[in-house]
Amino acid sequence: MEFLVASAIGILTAAGLYLVMRLRTFPVILGVSLLTYAVNVFLFASGRLTIGAPPILTDAQTYTDPLPQALVLTAIVISFGMTAVIVMIALGAYLGSSDDHVDDLPAKEARDKRKAEEDAA
Amino acid sequence: MTHWLIAPVVMPALLAPFIILAARYHIGIQRTVSVAGVVAMIAVALGLFVQTADGDILLYQLGDWAAPFGIVLVGDSLSTMMVLLMAVLALFVLLYAIGSRWDQRGRHFHALFQFQLMGIAGAFLTGDLFNLFVFFEVLLIASYGLMIHGGGNKRLRAGVQYVLFNLLGSTLFLFALGALYAETGTLNMADLAERAALIGAEETVGIRIAAVLLILVFAIKAAIVPLHFWLPSSYSEAPGPVAALFAIMTKVGAYAIIRTYTLVFPVDLEVTSGLHGTWLLPFALLTMAVGAIGVLAARKLDRLVAFSVIGSMGMVMVAVGLFTERSIATALYYIVHSTLTAAALFLIVDLVRQNRKSLRLKLEAPVAGAPLISAMFMVAAIAMAGLPPLSGFLGKLMVLSAGYGEGPDVWIWAVVLVASLLTVVGFARAGSVVFWKAKAGAAPVPAEDAAIPSGLAFVAVGGLLAAIILHTVFAGWIFTYTSATAARLFAPAPYIETVLGTAGKLSDAGKATGQGYGGDAAAPADQTEKKGDH
Repeated sequence: MEFLVASAIGILTAAGLYLVMRLRTFPVILGVSLLTYAVNVFLFASGRLTIGAPPILTDAQTYTDPLPQALVLTAIVISFGMTAVIVMIALGAYLGSSDDHVDDLPAKEARDKRKAEEDAA
Repeated sequence: MTHWLIAPVVMPALLAPFIILAARYHIGIQRTVSVAGVVAMIAVALGLFVQTADGDILLYQLGDWAAPFGIVLVGDSLSTMMVLLMAVLALFVLLYAIGSRWDQRGRHFHALFQFQLMGIAGAFLTGDLFNLFVFFEVLLIASYGLMIHGGGNKRLRAGVQYVLFNLLGSTLFLFALGALYAETGTLNMADLAERAALIGAEETVGIRIAAVLLILVFAIKAAIVPLHFWLPSSYSEAPGPVAALFAIMTKVGAYAIIRTYTLVFPVDLEVTSGLHGTWLLPFALLTMAVGAIGVLAARKLDRLVAFSVIGSMGMVMVAVGLFTERSIATALYYIVHSTLTAAALFLIVDLVRQNRKSLRLKLEAPVAGAPLISAMFMVAAIAMAGLPPLSGFLGKLMVLSAGYGEGPDVWIWAVVLVASLLTVVGFARAGSVVFWKAKAGAAPVPAEDAAIPSGLAFVAVGGLLAAIILHTVFAGWIFTYTSATAARLFAPAPYIETVLGTAGKLSDAGKATGQGYGGDAAAPADQTEKKGDH
């Protein structure tokens, strides 16, 4: 199970980072969501992995560490809200400049650059 | 009296919804409530500041749950000083926003402003790393709203970058917290301090990774090269008063570094030794160099100021990176100076913007009210560039003297001196183009077109400049205070004792007196606030 969880975190992080580096809003937002999934699983794993144990103190012999679950819950809520915010702002920026680049090129410059590239090709 | 510590967090959190719900359509009421809230914040912050000035440590246990499990707010002389700085800055920024009518160009400026204050105050006061993350998010969410306040395409685009970069920073922060929790099983700073020291010499990989991730997160907040690139476009596109308020946000990163690296990973802890000396210091010098070169190379006035903020963060970080008691005291002095100066400069840039076609550094007709604005620009530029007689010069001297004989002192002296020369040249060029030669440039704007900014805006900028002058005049007293604070930071035993030793629900101390888990909910009120033995 450790291997599965670890590789899941690794793959999610790698895919997320790749998408973030695309520098177009839609892939970047998807990438950020993947990264937040990765970090949520990672937070879970930080309390050690146990199967079928309750996260509260009971008469049972074993129990899961409850704190990571509380942390993950908070982190999920925050990252979800943040993703909603970024989607709205990105949508506004896209509709305003009809251009979904994340980096600093102003729309016109980017258009000119693209045109130059197309001419060269 | 025990509950005052949470007032800087709760008060804005109550005022903001009140502003939205009750005063949505009445800008006058919004302004009154907002200003009253900030004034009350200053009063509370001043009270806390006085209470902790002689080394007392205030503790507030939320819901009376005792420390490593419950959430605690801790007020020591460092955090109350930062809260007071924030409150004073907020008052002038708010006055400016009202005076320049920035608060009417979009909706809900005042509510977002209050939420922003809540987040910053919480980040300064919390005694728990996970809540530091939560308060970071609170202040960031509010700052997203403020950043795109007033709209416009360029601002939205800069906003996307800003939000995305901070979102990635938050993800990194969570990874750091996960790694730290996996290693130590706690996120309370005082508890971490005790447990980090217990980790054996062979098993240091995890805690090292956690420490590096954590310092990276704070470096993003503090805009240290190479993690600074979000700052110039975000700060230059943000509305003037918002950029001025953001001047304290980079300092949140500096505060967090100082806090964690004195408390959790102290200098003498072998596991993480070398992190600030070997890594932070060179990057701080690089930050200062990049800031100075950016000031020299900037083609627009707002970019120039943004890069000068990076440069001054570099100066703060050089002092932090040296990590002696003296250099931390210097860093604290410089943090106050840098916050006030950067805020004043951003407000002045906004005053210039109102009557100029663009902020490009080329000849244009003089702006309305030019004599006064240019005089204020000169004072702020002198402070930022570190020329005598203002606090920037004193701060620079302190950094130089703290660096003398410590580590790579040749490099520190060389970079600090060359960087301030470049900053002087950059500001002199900008000032001469925008103000000095303006009459030679083009025909002056007809008087009826030129809207002279309202008196309140000038009062706000003047207030910030007066604060800089006070910071200079009382430099000796303030440096004594920051020295005492730094000394207490390097002896964190009372802090840890106060946080972990105070009884509450579910604490060992509580069990001993018969009010343990699920026990007496109405614990004596005087136990929630205990003074550290110093």
